[in-house]
Amino acid sequence: MTTPIRLQACGFTHADGTCALQPTDLSVEAGETLALLGPSGCGKTTLLRLVAGLARPDPGGCVLFDGRDVTDLPVERRNVGMVFQSYALFPNLDVAGNVGYGLKIRRVPPGERAARVARMLAMMRIQELAHRRVDQLSGGQKQRVALARALAVEPAVLLLDEPLTALDAKLREQLRVELAGLLRSLRITAIFVTHDQGEALALGDRVAVMRAGRIEQVGSPHEIYHRPRTRFVASFVGILNLLEGEVADGLFRLPGGSLPASGVAPGPAVLACRPEQLRLDPSGTLAGRIAAAFFLGDRTRLVVEGAAAQPIVVETVAAAPRPGEVVRLAAEPGCPWPLPPA
Amino acid sequence: MGNDRLALAALVAPAIAFLIAFFVFPLLMMARTGASGPDGLATYLTILVDARYLASLGKTVLLAGTVTLTTLAIAGVAGVFLARHRFPGRRVLTAFLTLPLAFPGVVVGFMVILLAGRQGVVGTIAEALTGERLVFAYSLAGLFVGYLYFSIPRTVLTVMAAAEKLDPALEEGARSLGAGRWRVVRDVVLPGLEGALLAAGAICFATAMGAFGTAFTLATQIDVLPMVIYAEFTVGANIAVAAALSFVLGAITWAVLAIARTAAGANVAAAG
Repeated sequence: MTTPIRLQACGFTHADGTCALQPTDLSVEAGETLALLGPSGCGKTTLLRLVAGLARPDPGGCVLFDGRDVTDLPVERRNVGMVFQSYALFPNLDVAGNVGYGLKIRRVPPGERAARVARMLAMMRIQELAHRRVDQLSGGQKQRVALARALAVEPAVLLLDEPLTALDAKLREQLRVELAGLLRSLRITAIFVTHDQGEALALGDRVAVMRAGRIEQVGSPHEIYHRPRTRFVASFVGILNLLEGEVADGLFRLPGGSLPASGVAPGPAVLACRPEQLRLDPSGTLAGRIAAAFFLGDRTRLVVEGAAAQPIVVETVAAAPRPGEVVRLAAEPGCPWPLPPA
Repeated sequence: MGNDRLALAALVAPAIAFLIAFFVFPLLMMARTGASGPDGLATYLTILVDARYLASLGKTVLLAGTVTLTTLAIAGVAGVFLARHRFPGRRVLTAFLTLPLAFPGVVVGFMVILLAGRQGVVGTIAEALTGERLVFAYSLAGLFVGYLYFSIPRTVLTVMAAAEKLDPALEEGARSLGAGRWRVVRDVVLPGLEGALLAAGAICFATAMGAFGTAFTLATQIDVLPMVIYAEFTVGANIAVAAALSFVLGAITWAVLAIARTAAGANVAAAG
């Protein structure tokens, strides 16, 4: 069940000539989960469809499963499991019928088919829904049926297109945990598309951040977050404060004071920091006024004005100051950091 | 409360009056007329055992059924194709396809004669190729072609509307699970279009059962039921038999629509 995937120079141009994906190289290790992250229209779904065989790469592109060239194989002969954003459950079949459909196509004898369907339903903890019509299911149940249907055929690769997007926040969180556990325990090679950075960082062994038809960076969630290679990656993943100021004598001077800036060339500069790299500190060297405070439960997100040209976002777990109060900020070592090139 | 009911009754009354005056009353009158001949109620029995009427009835049902199935096959493929593909001239083609809706049955009959009549295009080409003139306008085949001509447009439109609502992800889902092209058509597309096909098929059948203009224009050897009714009514002045035949024609058509409506579980308008 563990198949490595390689894409070589896979581009995709629509019939009308618009380029959805620049020629792209990408490797996914056997058993690895790769998240394709990017804004809508960045080509992430196109890339997934090329892997699935639902679209053909432009001439010169090549898709390899376990070293075997499958570029010419249509989706029905690639042995992939797919989960669609809309779930795409067959409305004329009940839950068991949906889950067993791929097995029926593969002419698995009815007895064995029923056993495997039961096993899948048990794995997804939806045994009691076996004979339910799909239009009687909740979003979370549909999602589980869609996963069970995709996994029932023991696919070489699992492909998920925005699998959690259609669910409400709490359920999304819960299914994200379940999905992570499932992918780990099955050790199946999986690629999933999402525009939700939290989902990508939580579920992906590696994350590929895409923009305008190309991959900007592939790396572990930690690398993507802490060592973004482009300005786009830095700003798309997580919250990023952009500080405009001037570096002189090892200090980064801002309207509300200064922050240490070692190793940055003197002169005007735009430096960056994450909200959690700043903290409220009475002895801090940067002052500003609280413009807004958002209580998030475990922490409070503060918007600080006057410290820099643009408002700065800071997060604190301690008792939060009220809007209007003047606060002082201090930075973690290594912060603020120079931005990667655009 | 009492006032509300009164107001409601006043509002519904015109509709009920209309229904009674133009639907229930004529129907009852026709049913009664059917039994008013010298044979009384037995007239209904007569038309069900008389070989001529029975043959006409059988032929009409067979014709309407064949037209319906053929229409569904052609319009189903064309409708899905038109709904799925964008190409230059698509709108013009769709507009052309609906053109026959504008023609009365007489014109359709006239066109069939131009196509397959004694001086028709088909005959001329056949004569040039085989030396024999092919004429089928005045037979059941001619009627079949004429009925197809006005049945296909409305069916294509219904299928197109339904096909546009099909979720392409369903087909991709089936394919990802290993289903080939035909399997996808059988397991996803046809079930998805089932309601539209049943609805369009029922209307197609009803129209073909009752169509008169085309049959009248082509009528030389054809005795489909509407023609027989016309003949009994005008030539034979056999009003009772004409009424009884009309009643049976209506009942069969209504039954088919009712079955389709039950099967589709959707709204199938009974054609007038």
